[in-house]
Amino acid sequence: MIEFLDVCMTYDTGNKALRNINIAIGDKEFVFIMGRSGSGKSTLLKLLTKEAEPASGQIFVNNWDLGRMKKRFVPKYRRSLGVVFQDFQLLNDRNVFENVAFAQRVIGASSRTIRETVPQMLKLVGLSSKYKYLPQQLSGGEQQRVAIARALVNRPEVLLADEPTGNLDYENAVGIIRLLQDINRLGTTVVMVTHSQEIVDQTGGRVVVLDKGQIVSDEIC
Amino acid sequence: MRINVIWYCIKQGVKNICRNIWFSLASIATISACVFLFCLFFSLIANIQSTIKNMEDTVGITVLFDEDLEEADILALGTAIGSRSEIKEMVYVSAQEAWEEFQADYFVGHEELAAGFAQDNPLAGSASYVIYVYHIEDQDRLASYLQALDGVRQVNYSHKVIEGFAGFNRVVSLLSLAIIGVLLAVAMFLISNTISVAAAFRKRESQIMRLVGATNFMIRAPFIVEGLLIGITGAVIPLAGIYILYSWAAGYLAARFSVPSEIFSFVPIENIYPVMMVTALLLGGGIGFWGSFFTIRKYSKV
Repeated sequence: MIEFLDVCMTYDTGNKALRNINIAIGDKEFVFIMGRSGSGKSTLLKLLTKEAEPASGQIFVNNWDLGRMKKRFVPKYRRSLGVVFQDFQLLNDRNVFENVAFAQRVIGASSRTIRETVPQMLKLVGLSSKYKYLPQQLSGGEQQRVAIARALVNRPEVLLADEPTGNLDYENAVGIIRLLQDINRLGTTVVMVTHSQEIVDQTGGRVVVLDKGQIVSDEIC
Repeated sequence: MRINVIWYCIKQGVKNICRNIWFSLASIATISACVFLFCLFFSLIANIQSTIKNMEDTVGITVLFDEDLEEADILALGTAIGSRSEIKEMVYVSAQEAWEEFQADYFVGHEELAAGFAQDNPLAGSASYVIYVYHIEDQDRLASYLQALDGVRQVNYSHKVIEGFAGFNRVVSLLSLAIIGVLLAVAMFLISNTISVAAAFRKRESQIMRLVGATNFMIRAPFIVEGLLIGITGAVIPLAGIYILYSWAAGYLAARFSVPSEIFSFVPIENIYPVMMVTALLLGGGIGFWGSFFTIRKYSKV
């Protein structure tokens, strides 16, 4: 499903963010990408979302060759991904329902589809009763759940989570990890970037460790 | 495209305007000023052109011939002159007709004074041609040609007035182009600033849109709608103003000043308004569309 072949990435400043990355992530896998700050974890996700281009190598996602993908196909490709951020990236002037619906509205989904899908997603993340709340009326954990619902509402095949527990206390972090595991069990591939060893130890599974842009280990804990 | 997508873009465009209401008002005011001046100059030029057209129809060149020239020779000369392409119409006025016209103009009520001339036509040798041209700017060239002809004694035409009008028309056109050009640039700059501020406000939203797979069109459309709405509003306001102002000014000036109506009369607003309205809306909408389009291209690339 996701494959990195000899991928190198250098920023305009000359900083080498990734060196000879080779990873293969199968369908419905749950993979942690670990490493210290500056190790290249977030760059890896940026390559997957086509926000950055590799200097060399090839990246395949769901049979898309990202290096050869024409610009006009990028939106369509991104619809097969869901992205969750550390800082939630919610729209503070819209309530929970509208934040989730936003991801559908902007791709031209019909009102009927939105009315059907958004409540399902809110139920999945356990926020059905808070659909009218504004983001600032929710706890950090709840805000991250809204972000996850928004990432999932278009039924992506892959969920990319960039430090989704970074701004949360341990209890809320564990809740989010459990939710991501549930989503993975429902058939979505999950790639989660984290620097928390505690979370990884608690959860287990495949862990890819990066250091200075290189893979230093890839094993199942 | 789905109706709800169009509706979404319009709603977001209106929201953008409300969010930056002061910037939006400044842009609307500048576009209004630009379109108002355009309409003003458009009306002025339309009236000058109408006056020149009236002059072409009513102010002719009068050609007088040598007194000893026979009528047959005058008519032969007339045939030669009449073959020129710039001439729209030629009217031959014989000496007798000239005298009758003179009597009608000056001896009304005192016909006995004219009777004293009996068979003696004081205007003998005043047979003439009155020549009307298609384009008034051809008068000078034609007059020079006529003056050079053998048998032509005198050529009368109001070249100073005509030259003045044509020159005034040129100056007004150039001046209006220059002023509108400067205002256009200012309006574009302001629209661009307004859209930049809106784009900064919606940076997070645009980022999320990009990542969930929104197309460039969906990301840009609200900003372009915003620009278009500002542009069209900026055009509608002066259009309404100019309609009222023109109608009032036409009535007021006609009542206040007496100008021969066959030469100068205000072109009715109904005659110039359709073209002016369409052009002004295109101008306002165009400034809004292109100003926002070029600005937002910088901020939103998938």
